[in-house]
Amino acid sequence: MTARTGYKKPRKLKDFGEGSKKVRILMMIGSLAGGILMWYLLSKHPVIGIILAGPDDVIKKGMTEEWAAGRLQKNIMVSLWRVLGGWTLAFLAAIPVAFLSGWYAKFKNIVDPWLQFLRTIPPIALIPLVILFMGIGEEAKLTVIFISSFLVMVVTIYQGIRNIDLTLVKAAYTFGASDFDIFSRVIVPASFPFILVAARLGISTALTTLIAAEMTGTIYGLGNMIQEAQLYFRMDKVMLGIVCIGIIGFALDRTILFLEKKLTRWQ
Amino acid sequence: MTTPLIKITNVNKTYKGVSGDVVALKDVTLEIEENEFVAIVGPSGCGKTTLLNILAGLETYDSGTVTFADEPIIGPGIDRGVIFQQYALFPWLTVRKNMEFGLKYRGHSKEKQKQITDHYMDIVGLTEFANLYPKELSGGMKQRVAIARGYATSPKVLLMDEPFGALDAQTRAQLQEDLLKTWETERKTIFFITHDVEEAVLLSQRVVIMSARPGRVKDMVKVDLPYPRNQQTKILPRFNEIKNNIWANVYQEYLSIKK
Repeated sequence: MTARTGYKKPRKLKDFGEGSKKVRILMMIGSLAGGILMWYLLSKHPVIGIILAGPDDVIKKGMTEEWAAGRLQKNIMVSLWRVLGGWTLAFLAAIPVAFLSGWYAKFKNIVDPWLQFLRTIPPIALIPLVILFMGIGEEAKLTVIFISSFLVMVVTIYQGIRNIDLTLVKAAYTFGASDFDIFSRVIVPASFPFILVAARLGISTALTTLIAAEMTGTIYGLGNMIQEAQLYFRMDKVMLGIVCIGIIGFALDRTILFLEKKLTRWQ
Repeated sequence: MTTPLIKITNVNKTYKGVSGDVVALKDVTLEIEENEFVAIVGPSGCGKTTLLNILAGLETYDSGTVTFADEPIIGPGIDRGVIFQQYALFPWLTVRKNMEFGLKYRGHSKEKQKQITDHYMDIVGLTEFANLYPKELSGGMKQRVAIARGYATSPKVLLMDEPFGALDAQTRAQLQEDLLKTWETERKTIFFITHDVEEAVLLSQRVVIMSARPGRVKDMVKVDLPYPRNQQTKILPRFNEIKNNIWANVYQEYLSIKK
């Protein structure tokens, strides 16, 4: 038997790295450009083109028309206000509820079954009840968004608090920390990363609930714009609404992600 | 004769579990003098950590008495510092802030806090790392911070729970020497848990051997080697004599678990 000699390239194993930032950004731009190109080509297909408006149509017809009438700006502002308003209220409510649940087992035992029960109900199913109690004004929209993002955020923050390393709590006690100090100097900073994760999840949930929220009756908002455009088969406006919501979501998500990186550098 | 700083008398502790009760400590009696360096060795599950947690006030016990400076221990206190195997550094605080965490409860002024922190960072060679976060440190450095932090709050006793257990052999040797140096310059009562007999003999003045479940004090061996000690102490014939003696004793316990 002859020995096999010479260099043979060793197999490189998957390292789960993300590559350099430059490559990442280039690939992201490439991916988006490719997607838009695909969208354009599909819209030129003789059959698909009948129902799918292309990016050129969206800009030339839908966007120009809506912008000139001042409706697009108004719709974006109204929807953004609803999303941020509902989310802010939900965030402010989720923090104390999650901390109380994490700190007092009794509170958790009482609240938790309700949270778990409500969590599985799609927001759309709640609309008749919401209209009944809150009417069809802005309160109704805020309520729908509030409920859905509140539930996501409470559960996430609570899980974070449960995951705090108990050794840190013990260490703080041995230094002579009081219960209040344990809370303010250990529990709060330790759960901070989870609060930011919850904020991100909450924002995306708030946006995904926007359409449902605007089903409670309104003449403004991106969700309403999509529903109205659907009635008149203005697919360019439908796509415009979808793209706008997507961009808003992306921008909000990146903003929180940026804050996360700044504020939890220690992680 | 002075009264011992720590007095553990007939302490019992049983954990209630789903698959039956586990007797962690059975009639444990132990006295530790002020400024004494005591090492506890024994197979895992012998209740070493339970005993430490009771002394730290982090765990309850069923019967017996545990006193510290003639006062019964009823909870954690700043007079008893703990060094955990997993460092327990607050990840959101820098090295300096970690060191200062406990100093607040000593009632020191900001200035005094900084002064104490600087002093102990200097002893263990941490000064240049003062503004780093724990994640930026190696395991050995983290434990250095934890020990310096423990020393900085100047408790009467340091309870150390296998502090070097997670470190590689070389780092461990370095930290052992650091600890020896610190203790030799600033004597303090140390209750040191380890499963490494060699480490116990190298560091301590007295080795307490605990038996496997249920945990009891099986034997105590005085380590009559002079300080200052360092890694070279391990070459001394007397060192090996004591080590082998204790090892034989502990080995019986390992065998008894295997059965």
